[in-house]
Amino acid sequence: MGLFKKLPGVIIAEFDSTGSLLHAAEKMSEAGYKKYDCHSPFPIHGMDKAMKLKRSPMGYIIGTMGLIGMSGMVGLTYWTNTYGYSMVISGKPYFSWQAFIPVIFAITILLSAFGAFFGMLALNKLPQLFNPIFNSDAFAKVTNDSFFVSVESHDPMYDEAKVKSFLESIGGKNVEVIKGE
Amino acid sequence: MKFDTNTYKITDSGKIGTVALILGVVFLAISVLGFMQDSAHFYSNYLTAYIFWLSVALGGMFITMLHHITNATWSTVIRRITENMAATMPVFVLLFIPIVFGLHEMYHWSHAEVMDPNSPSYDALIHEKQGYLNETFFFIRAFFYLAVWTIFSFLLRKKSVEQDSTGADYKLAYKKLAAPGLILFALTTTFASFDWMMSLDAHWFSTIFGVYFFSGIFLSGLTFLFVFLMYLRSQNVLGDVVTVEHYQDIGKFIFAFIIFWSYMAGSQYFLIWYANLPEENYWFLYRWGNSWEIVSMVLIYGHFVFPFLALITRAAKRNLKFMVFISLWIFAMRFVDFYWIIMPTGLNEDGSRVVFDFTMYDIAPIIGIGGIFFWFFWKQLTANAIIPVKDPSLNESMKFQNT
Repeated sequence: MGLFKKLPGVIIAEFDSTGSLLHAAEKMSEAGYKKYDCHSPFPIHGMDKAMKLKRSPMGYIIGTMGLIGMSGMVGLTYWTNTYGYSMVISGKPYFSWQAFIPVIFAITILLSAFGAFFGMLALNKLPQLFNPIFNSDAFAKVTNDSFFVSVESHDPMYDEAKVKSFLESIGGKNVEVIKGE
Repeated sequence: MKFDTNTYKITDSGKIGTVALILGVVFLAISVLGFMQDSAHFYSNYLTAYIFWLSVALGGMFITMLHHITNATWSTVIRRITENMAATMPVFVLLFIPIVFGLHEMYHWSHAEVMDPNSPSYDALIHEKQGYLNETFFFIRAFFYLAVWTIFSFLLRKKSVEQDSTGADYKLAYKKLAAPGLILFALTTTFASFDWMMSLDAHWFSTIFGVYFFSGIFLSGLTFLFVFLMYLRSQNVLGDVVTVEHYQDIGKFIFAFIIFWSYMAGSQYFLIWYANLPEENYWFLYRWGNSWEIVSMVLIYGHFVFPFLALITRAAKRNLKFMVFISLWIFAMRFVDFYWIIMPTGLNEDGSRVVFDFTMYDIAPIIGIGGIFFWFFWKQLTANAIIPVKDPSLNESMKFQNT
């Protein structure tokens, strides 16, 4: 949860095209930075690869939640119809699994959706109400026509002067240091 | 096979078309032998094979129209192939002729005495349906379906080939074909499945049957497309144009429609199982016994459980060799599906229903019609470039990547 943690300082640098941002991302990951991010107004193909991001574990979270939902519902319908409230309905066996396919399916999907929604929030460390990066006026352009790389002060390689000169060396403009809180 | 990488044309198509044609003719001749032994059995087999290959062609038509109507760009590189799958429709017009002759052998409702109240074999329930199930209307409808499919597949291919020389943006022209085409496609495939498969057992009815048929059409088209593209790849054709990204997308479609097919098949079964009315449930009951249970089992596990589990992961969908195997597997399961629907309705000469007995005559029409289908498909495909070379979205399609 990002609600209560101490907010890190950030150094941002502006880039003027998707190409230069991709290039910068490659240089950043090569240099060994970990707590850095790339910001753009739209998704850029190949960015995950350039930043050397691992594939998201979301699929496994969703799959596990789905299996929990499915087995839970199979168990519930089996127990209620065989032991809890065993009744003969339209001459069919107690546990007529066909009749429960819709509910098993629905709960599987429901728990998968929960897994997807809450898993996404947790992996993104949301909800986080504020980030010091928004203190920068220049950064407002990121939703319109500009590209940014940001480096957080949590990064093990963080050193203000070194990061500044590195960002400039890979083509960053208007490098700006934003204090944490 | 010789391939020109500048024009994207197959300049020397090799012997494959001829081989397919010879195979087709030989195996159709073998099934004629089957006709002489047991004509009713032959017609059921022939109808199975006809609908099996027809669903491949219709699948190509649907993928093409879906591509146009959704403004898709990833599928531009495979569009020419799906267009040509659809453009084999004249073959199916021709191959419909044996079904015309076999009408009385296959369709119980077409017997005059069934509709005659004074006859001992009068069937009041079928008589009620006479307004729809009569020979004249049956042939008018069949003519209409085949005409619609032939015209639309012809126009789709014609426009696309025209673009190869003009290079103009035909987006709107394609859409004007695809929009009414998809509506007509939905109606014609639904009623064709009612006419040609459901009415084999004229007492039985299932409103979802058309959608069930449609879900299978899409799967047939996709799996054929996948295997054919991989064949081209093995011949060093289009290897750098149709990349693993495109294959993964086709794989996603296959996975989604395996689930959709099962959903439709399950829904059809589920409502009938739940209500348990004798007028509906006998259709499934007959297939769950009388030697047909093995086919039902193969369908459940082979057409749903196995491909579903196999296709879940991303890695599986990007493993081309594995996907070829799965595509061939599902392609074979498409045959089992139609076999399961059509064959148990056949009647022996003494009026009893046929039991499961798989012989080479069950396979012969599949290879026969398949050979002729492939020969025509290959002939049409090699006549032009095998990708739409001047489509404005081609470049974007070639660069397509899954995120």
